[in-house]
Amino acid sequence: MLGKLSWDVIPFDQPLPMIASAVVALTILGVLAWVFLAGHFPYLWREWITSVDHKRIGVMYTLLALLMLLRGFSDAVMMRSQQALAFQAPGYLPPDHFNQVFSAHGTIMIFFGAMPFVIGLMNLVVPLQLGVRDVAFPTLNSVSLWLTATGALLVNISLVIGEFARTGWLPYPPLSETAYSPGVGVDYYLWAVQIAGVGTLLTGINFVTTILKMRAPGMSYLRMSMFCWTSLAASLLIVAAFPILTATLAMLTLDRYFGFHFFTNEAGGNMLMFVNLIWAWGHPEVYILVLPAFGIFSEVISTFSSKPLFGYRSMVAATLFICIVSFMVWLHHFFTMGAGADVNAAFGIATSIIAVGTGVKIYNWMFTMYGGRIRFATPMLWSLGFMVTFVIGGMTGVLLAVPPADFLLHNSLFLVAHFHNVIIGGVLFGAFAGYTYWFPKAFGFRLHEGWGKLAFWLTLIGFYATFVPLYAVGLLGMTRRMQHFDVPAWYPWVLVAGAGMIITTAGVVAQIIQLVVSIRQRAALRDSTGDPWDGRSLEWATPSPPPVFNFAALPHVEGEEPYWSIKQRAREQNRLRDEPEYEPIEMPRNSPTGFICAFFATVMGFALIWHIWWMVALGALGAFATFVVFAWRDKPEYVISAAEVARIDRANRSARREALATYTGPRP
Amino acid sequence: MLLRAIVRNCAAIRVGRIGATMLLAALLAGCQGGVLDPQGPVGAAQRTILLNSVAIMLAIVIPTILATLGFAWWFRETNTRARYLPEWAYSGRIELVVWSIPILVILFLSGIIWIGSHDLDPMKPLDSQQKPLEVQVVSLDWKWLFIYPEQNVASINQLVVPAGRPVHFSLTSASVMNAFFVPQLGGMIYTMNGMTTQLHLQADQPGEFYGRSAHFSGDGFPGMQFVLHAVAADAFDAFVNSARSRGQALDKASYHELARQSIDVPPSTYRSVEPDLFHEIATQGVPPAPGPQADRPEPGVSPKTGG
Repeated sequence: MLGKLSWDVIPFDQPLPMIASAVVALTILGVLAWVFLAGHFPYLWREWITSVDHKRIGVMYTLLALLMLLRGFSDAVMMRSQQALAFQAPGYLPPDHFNQVFSAHGTIMIFFGAMPFVIGLMNLVVPLQLGVRDVAFPTLNSVSLWLTATGALLVNISLVIGEFARTGWLPYPPLSETAYSPGVGVDYYLWAVQIAGVGTLLTGINFVTTILKMRAPGMSYLRMSMFCWTSLAASLLIVAAFPILTATLAMLTLDRYFGFHFFTNEAGGNMLMFVNLIWAWGHPEVYILVLPAFGIFSEVISTFSSKPLFGYRSMVAATLFICIVSFMVWLHHFFTMGAGADVNAAFGIATSIIAVGTGVKIYNWMFTMYGGRIRFATPMLWSLGFMVTFVIGGMTGVLLAVPPADFLLHNSLFLVAHFHNVIIGGVLFGAFAGYTYWFPKAFGFRLHEGWGKLAFWLTLIGFYATFVPLYAVGLLGMTRRMQHFDVPAWYPWVLVAGAGMIITTAGVVAQIIQLVVSIRQRAALRDSTGDPWDGRSLEWATPSPPPVFNFAALPHVEGEEPYWSIKQRAREQNRLRDEPEYEPIEMPRNSPTGFICAFFATVMGFALIWHIWWMVALGALGAFATFVVFAWRDKPEYVISAAEVARIDRANRSARREALATYTGPRP
Repeated sequence: MLLRAIVRNCAAIRVGRIGATMLLAALLAGCQGGVLDPQGPVGAAQRTILLNSVAIMLAIVIPTILATLGFAWWFRETNTRARYLPEWAYSGRIELVVWSIPILVILFLSGIIWIGSHDLDPMKPLDSQQKPLEVQVVSLDWKWLFIYPEQNVASINQLVVPAGRPVHFSLTSASVMNAFFVPQLGGMIYTMNGMTTQLHLQADQPGEFYGRSAHFSGDGFPGMQFVLHAVAADAFDAFVNSARSRGQALDKASYHELARQSIDVPPSTYRSVEPDLFHEIATQGVPPAPGPQADRPEPGVSPKTGG
């Protein structure tokens, strides 16, 4: 009846996971109880859970990302503290637990931390920057969000019921095959990533369509903001790469569930086929994460230097260059498989060629600052921290692309330090820059600057204190993923890295305090005009937070920095543009389709993991029925009256008029 | 090759290399035994390439970082002496330089990658007067088996080789993937069931060098380590003789027992080895080793996991 499920799968005898999951469960139940008892549920359901508004979906993606970043970070704290205690000693995490922790850390950080963060910011900003009212497929967008949440939920369920994978964040066969991993851990990984991957693929399709087909009148491709360009490149990569992931994991699933032999030792299976395929997705994935971050830095550096982006066309070319070359370098993840010198050299060179595109970007950001008037607000600090840190990470990356050097450093903590250097220094700093930069757009008030700056400095210092020792200990030959170690020379570096984690933790705490303080002081931090940073692209032409329809009248774009030219004209003439003729606006209706689909997907995923076949059928049927009901809807849209549009727009115009009246002009 | 000559002679690179060495030396002050302290020709050559590459890149990276911080500081909003160029967003000359610098660096580095990959191909035999010692390596859950086919002995989790003589490793795995790695001798290579990989290494002087698996292979992974003893030629013969005189014989039956999962296995030796055992393992004439067994609890694993 319940497949492999029984009371035995809950680890009552292991206090650590039980306490952790009890705390998590109690927190969730507490929040749910508060929501229902205080009567907030109807509001949440109406305004958020069923929302198809790209801004709300973006906010929910970001919230999911922040929660999962915390979960992944607690895994990181456990790993570093375990290693600090495990010099010629067992430490406090037994191997089976430690191996789950590092596997969950990688999986959560990439699939449920970094991806939702980046996609959340894309959701919030891209339609605003394009000057349109929503994405191409709003309900599909909601489906994407909730399927991603399903994946995150399944990973976290594994904390209490059963186990997570013990095979690393990419489950290399044959270790991940049934013969060597008979438990449900790998199955949790497979279904969580598979379901979330469908959501990501749909997001990719949605954003490619939106950016190619839905720009404001006059916005040609070469008038799009840099963030839209990098989002387009990332979405194209998603569309091209995620099917590879889906197919690869499906093959491993067939191996595990039906005794196929794609990647097994026996019967003609080939583990290297998995390794090639997973990295054919995995390397583009790196650029899916970092390209949008590059876009964020372009926006932030230009805005806070009070200058247009330097070499815009060059930046577009570099973005597309990276987008294409990122598909030609996957083999550098396994130079040590023993391929010949020609193969290794070819992929090594291809890899270092990618650095050309990134190098060009770094120089263009530098020259964007040249001749500027730089304001060191928190987003700008994250961007500067990124430029310095990422250059170092890029250098160690190119070093690892030199095969003879990689033979010494592959799978060492040097490698671990390298990819954290680029993912934290690139993706995460970018996401935090975007988070502080666009927070006022989403909520109508800025984040507290003092706490933000403190969080930046603590995170930056904590990062270096943690990962410079890992570079060093990697050069001493220490391998990644070790539950304990016996070499005395490694010990001091591991201790220093552990101490670095304490500083990083302080950074995380400062970030949380920043959010709390900002919410409490929101009146003082209010952004009344919708343009808190003296911005240049179209999202700053809307009120903060923008109304559901974004623009009262779609803007007519006449240049690369559409909002900046509108603002400059207003400043020169000392008056706003003429009021547009307000017309009624049609917007898509909210729909519970995404949430209900994801509910059934959760049921189905859980049932598949535990081999509860009747429940699998139930989940699949439910999800399909939801889709059919949605397909037969008869009223997809509703109308906002011209009077309502006028009321909202006039309120914002009066705030902007006031700001214009007090504008004193730039310092001569 | 012209490029090689440039690498060797370019004064700037040499200066950069000294800088890089000093930087790394400072980083590793007082610490020995890593990949920057090689004890054989392969490791030394790989370290040279590592340091050269770092030096070439530092020549760009350091000015870039300094310029970034310099620009940001000089053009701060409160600096009244800085020129404000609110419209300046394009310069063809700067664009040319901006694309050229990374392209030139990468061209240069590509030469190093191409030459280095071929010179240091793990499959390539080392230049030496002496015939290489043959060693067959099998990674098991979770220990290393080293077979000396010419001497007809084998050892577990310890590797004894003559110093100054090249060693040719043929490697495979009995179960899951691992990577054979002796940091101070250089070069890492995967071991995979059903496949054989090749590696050539040499220890110049007698010494004890730490080796381990560098690819995660399951719960016993941390214990997949061994000591490589590089010894004088006569000491090697003595090792072979003493191994022949005691311990078990490694035949199919004892291999079957050995292939079962075990953790932190102490070093030991086998008196003799069934001929072609390595070949049989690599071509799956002997079936792949079992994973966790139902009749034996998985070592170090809660029996509840996995339902």
